[in-house]
Amino acid sequence: MKSPLISATIITIGVSACVTAASNEEISSKAAAMLKSSFKANGQATLDRLDQDATQHLCSEFAGKAPPRDVAQKIEALNLATVKYPTDGNLLGDWKNGEKIAQEGRGKQFSDDPAGPVGGNCYACHQLSPQELSYGTIGPSLYQFGKLRGYGPETQRYAYGKIYNPDAYAACSNMPRFGHNGILSEQQIKDVTALLMDPASPVNR
Amino acid sequence: MILRAERRELGSCRAASLILTQSACVLALSFCVTACALAQTSAVDEIAKYRAALQDGNPAELWEARGEDLWKQKRGPKQVSLEGCDLGLGPGIVKGAYTRLPMYFADADRVMDLETRLVWCMVTLQGYNESEAKKQPFGNGERKSDIEALVAFVTSTSRGMPMNVALKHPKEVEMYQAGEKIFSYRGGPHDFGCVTCHADEGKRIRLQDLPNLTTREGAQKAYTTWPAYRVSQGELRSFEWRLYDCFRQQRFPELLFGSDASIALTLYLARNANGAIFDAPAIKR
Repeated sequence: MKSPLISATIITIGVSACVTAASNEEISSKAAAMLKSSFKANGQATLDRLDQDATQHLCSEFAGKAPPRDVAQKIEALNLATVKYPTDGNLLGDWKNGEKIAQEGRGKQFSDDPAGPVGGNCYACHQLSPQELSYGTIGPSLYQFGKLRGYGPETQRYAYGKIYNPDAYAACSNMPRFGHNGILSEQQIKDVTALLMDPASPVNR
Repeated sequence: MILRAERRELGSCRAASLILTQSACVLALSFCVTACALAQTSAVDEIAKYRAALQDGNPAELWEARGEDLWKQKRGPKQVSLEGCDLGLGPGIVKGAYTRLPMYFADADRVMDLETRLVWCMVTLQGYNESEAKKQPFGNGERKSDIEALVAFVTSTSRGMPMNVALKHPKEVEMYQAGEKIFSYRGGPHDFGCVTCHADEGKRIRLQDLPNLTTREGAQKAYTTWPAYRVSQGELRSFEWRLYDCFRQQRFPELLFGSDASIALTLYLARNANGAIFDAPAIKR
């Protein structure tokens, strides 16, 4: 964790020197200090969740918009290095479990049972199986994901990697880094990859 | 008192008819979805109709009436009412106060939102200690919140007035700037910030429309319709509750009631809503 933090600091200094005035940094650090005094730990949601890693820190500077190309490339490289593929080489699990994970919105909130299920909540932002009408639009439609892109090993690797760490492919993505941040297990990511990539999955029917 | 009783009865009648309308809509909706396999756009249309039907009667009136009683009653260790409370326009002036908040108060040397100022008055005028005054910031089933009732009353008197939040005092400017930064601050296991859901046009979570709070129109539409009676919870919810529950879903720790981050975000959004006509307490799903 040390070296990404140091490089983030270097990048941040670079960005603020080029793009914004020094006072912007002061406002940012005041806001961060304000956050620290405005929350209390509640169950699994401990105060260290307010501490940003390099990617979160950099992405917060662009107010929800895409960062400049050079910054984006640095963030993507930083995150691509974190993607860990399954050692058994098999990327596809059970799409039926994948569908359940895509539907499950619980997990990691202070109101959730820490021993209870943790889902991907994919439908909150994406269309997937056409049977589910209640889907969000923050992310693109993933209906026919495999059918449109082909079912080959490269696409499988892309799908798995994208779920594991979306910032490796699109800096400051709105999508959580499910593998990198330990939200979903390796098996769960395989199952969701199967939901996208199995020809028998309703996503591809 | 007779008027008050009538008003309450009217409120309960409206609440009952509302529940009927609501169940009919939900039934109709689920029948169509399962039996007719409606296209998704039609489901969205049905939800729009349901939302329109909700506007018929608003149980928020019950909170407004209780809040007015709480405002006028002699309460607390000092047995005084809140009628001497200065919400920014002078002691006892309620009408229009919410359209100016949050603002800097010299007596507290702090920028305060409505909820924080109410607690301040409960402490300084009525003699409550701070933890007592803050112990039930949000209602929960049988345990109703006095703060939410007071919020309903105070905000209701600003209905129809334009938002008019000033950034004059340096501490107001500082709070606004901090609010803008916090709005963009991404963190937690999901990397979420306010911007994840509220920085783009025309997006939804599941079927729930999301306002783009980075535009003037988006902030105006959203801010002027809180507080709101939430049908799904059977509670009137204050703006502090709105922020508290957003952060819960962001997987952040628990936002402290009356905290600076809460006030900073409120100031950021309230100021961006300037010029829009305040239209709450509203009613939402």
